[in-house]
Amino acid sequence: MEYIELFFKSIFIDNMVFATFLGMCSYLAVSKKVSTAVGLGAAVVFVMLITVPLNWLLDQYILQPGALKWLGAEYADYDLSFLSFILFIATIATMVQLVEIIVEKFSPSLYNSLGIFLPLIAVNCAILGGSLFMQSREIPTLGLATVYGVGSGIGWFLAILAIAAIREKIRYSNVPPALRGLGITFIITGLMAIGFMSFGGMLTGGDDEGAKEEQTATVETPEAENVKELANNTKEIN
Amino acid sequence: MALLSKKDTKLITDPLADNNPITIQVLGICSALAITAQLKASIVMALSVMAVLAIGNVVISLMRNIIPSKIRIIVQLVVVAALVIIVDQVLKAFSYELSKTLSVFVGLIITNCIIMGRFEAFALANGPWRSFLDGIGNAAGYGLILVIVGFFRELLGSGTLLGFKVLGDPIEKTGLYAIGYENNGFMLLSPMALIVVGIIIWVQRSRNEALVEDH
Repeated sequence: MEYIELFFKSIFIDNMVFATFLGMCSYLAVSKKVSTAVGLGAAVVFVMLITVPLNWLLDQYILQPGALKWLGAEYADYDLSFLSFILFIATIATMVQLVEIIVEKFSPSLYNSLGIFLPLIAVNCAILGGSLFMQSREIPTLGLATVYGVGSGIGWFLAILAIAAIREKIRYSNVPPALRGLGITFIITGLMAIGFMSFGGMLTGGDDEGAKEEQTATVETPEAENVKELANNTKEIN
Repeated sequence: MALLSKKDTKLITDPLADNNPITIQVLGICSALAITAQLKASIVMALSVMAVLAIGNVVISLMRNIIPSKIRIIVQLVVVAALVIIVDQVLKAFSYELSKTLSVFVGLIITNCIIMGRFEAFALANGPWRSFLDGIGNAAGYGLILVIVGFFRELLGSGTLLGFKVLGDPIEKTGLYAIGYENNGFMLLSPMALIVVGIIIWVQRSRNEALVEDH
């Protein structure tokens, strides 16, 4: 049950694009056509699926305070958590390189249409963000970390697919010249994000009142607290 | 100014307006949106990015002739990650509260595309001094948008600026609140950051026709 809950939560409630604004650069730059958006979205899902569990293992057995216990008792008080940025990004860069090789081999046309944005997945903040949130929310098991990674990836995929479809249609609308392109995309994304906030009550629909109140509180606090609250929520679910 | 030639000055002033990293180059947007609910967080974020970008640009520019082009992305990421770790530790040491507010977004400076973008587009082809100025200029352009968004969101959302109650006290009903003004809590929510940036882009492009794109 908690797997399903975390899965839907990471797709809709904590959507990478609409709730935390991660991966916006490639989201804005590659969403002009649905076909390229699908390609990039699939690549992001794949990279997330692999890097979040891998980074979970790194965090659990190397980085956390006391994680080096398996080496022997004298290593028990080591705290290497300040190294997490560099280790996480190394894992991600390696996986992205791998995806690049695979895509180039099996779908050269997709490879060409994605162009510079394929290597830029390495600097897509959604992916590093996924790993960092995994760390800060203290996701307890490898299975849940995998579910969280896939869910966040799918959430990002969904967002870029939706905006690409809207942008294909909006070409036929009469948008004020100065707002064309980037400006209107920002505003539409803002409106979509407002829409996605209403998913906040989804999981607590049939539950007790207390949980419901907490959920609404989560949505209404500014981001910094939001993140903290969400971290608490995740802990409680588990 | 003897220190800066005309060309050098342009490196700093260009990214402030017509070549702004956020509104024109579409880089580094994630962090620009997520931490702007308070002006103070925006300013700290802008300064952190400026430090990382300026120093990183100089380092990459010094190494530009010895980096093999095949592994340059990894080299760049290592340089950025090392600088960000330093910034993160400094923030934790001197301003723990603020580093809690910024949470994972300090770490996300690593994946801020402005930094990679400037390394690729500028530092790999130019000398250290010019790269330094380019870093300062681009980070200032980024910071400018952050400060504008942070200013409006904090002012309209909580009626304060940097924590000072500029519009009066909402509980004791002084200042503007006495005549019935209410805080617009909506401004504190994340979607409004997108809409504010959208409006900045709108204003900027209506003033300069050359920037208008066709869909």
